[in-house]
Amino acid sequence: MNKPAEGGVATDTTQITDAKKRYSAGVLKYRQMGYWEPDYQPKETDTICLFRITPQEGVDPIEAAAAVAGESSTATWTVVWTDRLTACENYRAKAYRVEPVPNRPGEYFAWVAYDIILFEEGSIANMTASLIGNVFSFKPLKAARLEDIRIPVAYVKTFKGPPTGLVVERERLDKFGRPLLGATTKPKLGLSARNYGRVIYEGLKGGLDFMKDDENINSQPFMHWRDRFLYVMDGVNKASAATGEVKGSYLNVTAGTMEAIYERAEFAKQLGSVIIMIDLIVGWPCIQSLGEWCRRNDMILHMHRAGHGTYTRQKNHGVSFRVIAKWLRLAGVDHLHTGTAVGKLEGDPMTVQGYYNVCRDSYTKQDLPRGLFFDQDWCDLKKVMPVASGGIHAGQMHQLIDLFGDDVVLQFGGGTIGHPAGIQAGAVANRVALEAMIKARNEGRDIKNEGPEILQKAAQFCTPLKQALDTWKDVSFNYTSTDTSDYAVTPTTA
Amino acid sequence: MMTNPTGRVTQGQFSFLPDLTDDEIRLQIEYGLRKGYAWSVEYTDDPHPRNTYWEMFGMPMFDLKDAAGVMMELAGCRKTFPNHYIRLMAFDSTRGVESIAMSFIVNRPKNEPGFGLARHEVEGRCIQYKVHSYATDKPEGERYSG
Repeated sequence: MNKPAEGGVATDTTQITDAKKRYSAGVLKYRQMGYWEPDYQPKETDTICLFRITPQEGVDPIEAAAAVAGESSTATWTVVWTDRLTACENYRAKAYRVEPVPNRPGEYFAWVAYDIILFEEGSIANMTASLIGNVFSFKPLKAARLEDIRIPVAYVKTFKGPPTGLVVERERLDKFGRPLLGATTKPKLGLSARNYGRVIYEGLKGGLDFMKDDENINSQPFMHWRDRFLYVMDGVNKASAATGEVKGSYLNVTAGTMEAIYERAEFAKQLGSVIIMIDLIVGWPCIQSLGEWCRRNDMILHMHRAGHGTYTRQKNHGVSFRVIAKWLRLAGVDHLHTGTAVGKLEGDPMTVQGYYNVCRDSYTKQDLPRGLFFDQDWCDLKKVMPVASGGIHAGQMHQLIDLFGDDVVLQFGGGTIGHPAGIQAGAVANRVALEAMIKARNEGRDIKNEGPEILQKAAQFCTPLKQALDTWKDVSFNYTSTDTSDYAVTPTTA
Repeated sequence: MMTNPTGRVTQGQFSFLPDLTDDEIRLQIEYGLRKGYAWSVEYTDDPHPRNTYWEMFGMPMFDLKDAAGVMMELAGCRKTFPNHYIRLMAFDSTRGVESIAMSFIVNRPKNEPGFGLARHEVEGRCIQYKVHSYATDKPEGERYSG
């Protein structure tokens, strides 16, 4: 922490209000500089961040919280007289509350408020440069994590949000009252474009609504992007004619430059695709630009959260995915991978449900067991369709519907393509399991408990479903999650 | 006969299941009524995937709270159009939704001719696709008589 300079100007821990003392050259504690205001009442127009901080040994948590406020807004390590040329008290973020994290010695929750003047309208890049900029490398903190954020209505309204939104997406696809079904084409690497299109056709004709490129399918030596788009769209259109349904395949337009991304998106449009896809690693301005492009071109935008685990997974450091999901809803994506809870990838069920709420709520209520620390008014911003993908299969249908409801894309990649009787059979199994479970739920059955029985009954008239249930009956991924709520309803082993 | 695994048009919530009985349809209607949806009966002789506006068999039943009333409308529609596609649709007027919440087919022609895919080759290797309803090769009103 900033130690007072030799013969330092102050040892007090309260804010120095005498301007002459406050701005005399040297080093002050952050709390003395005005970044700690325990009496501060956040304004409706303030952005509020909740940080989890782990101060270094001997660093006072309140001073650490003040430092977070300082380093994520105006502070530098020493006093600068040029502050006095500004209305600087507005630009200072204010830490106003610090609490120990339950059952996590050494960790503290710190609430920090930011005035609306700090952020450029409609720019996630600008907001993130402040909030998760310097501060995460700050030496006096062992670790820091942005757990949640309350974005004021005034700032929300500077964003257009999802180009299509889940309601209009359903209208365009003519699919209502059930989750959508998808699958990621496998193997993710190596298929020629012609072989790749075969997988698309079989999956869609068999009953899926969507197929999907994987995150790292761009334009490698084994498959040029134009070839992929051409063969995929032949599969999509053939399947549409074979079923009478609108079908789609997320064409990944991720590329090395913005120009190449636009070129690929234009080609997808020219071929009549209803949806394109981008990877999270492209960054905020690219995501916002592509959102704008999708608005102009009636396109659904699928966001694959490639790379998020590098900063969202560890509980003590990084940025919670709920914050990323909020930013992505503002930035403007239509689909967002938000976890499965029951599949192969990280995710505690209630924490994952919290991400779903952030995507789909009109107004998100504080819900500590789901990791939601703030009420958030979305002021009619369109809703993002969450996507559950990664290690799920037909035998888990009741759990998935019980956890996530109707507004979700359930994506069974291996669970479709790995079916012993082929891809179409895999798709049929998933679609029959889905429809049977929705029908049973609507009829008032308790699917959480009766699910396996409902699936077995449906399997009596559907051999592909029986084969799927037999093949994957024992597959589950029961590992303890690293990212769990600090306010569990019931104690867990996590 | 269509060649997909069900042999028929797979639009709607339950096309992969055996046809719903009237009792099963009633349970779905009751679920929608409990959610506050308004039910509507629609029919068509052209189930093209982009044919959004099927004909309305009367208005959506906004004030109707009893599934029997919807079943009566459905019976009327089936009687008038026994060989058409008929679907039940539920509308949700909640702010932020204001769209269709449920939709499933409850009547079909005996023979479902399906769709053809026409390929129009254009510049480069690009193809423009046209999905064509075979049913529309016949005039309106005569499409599913056979």
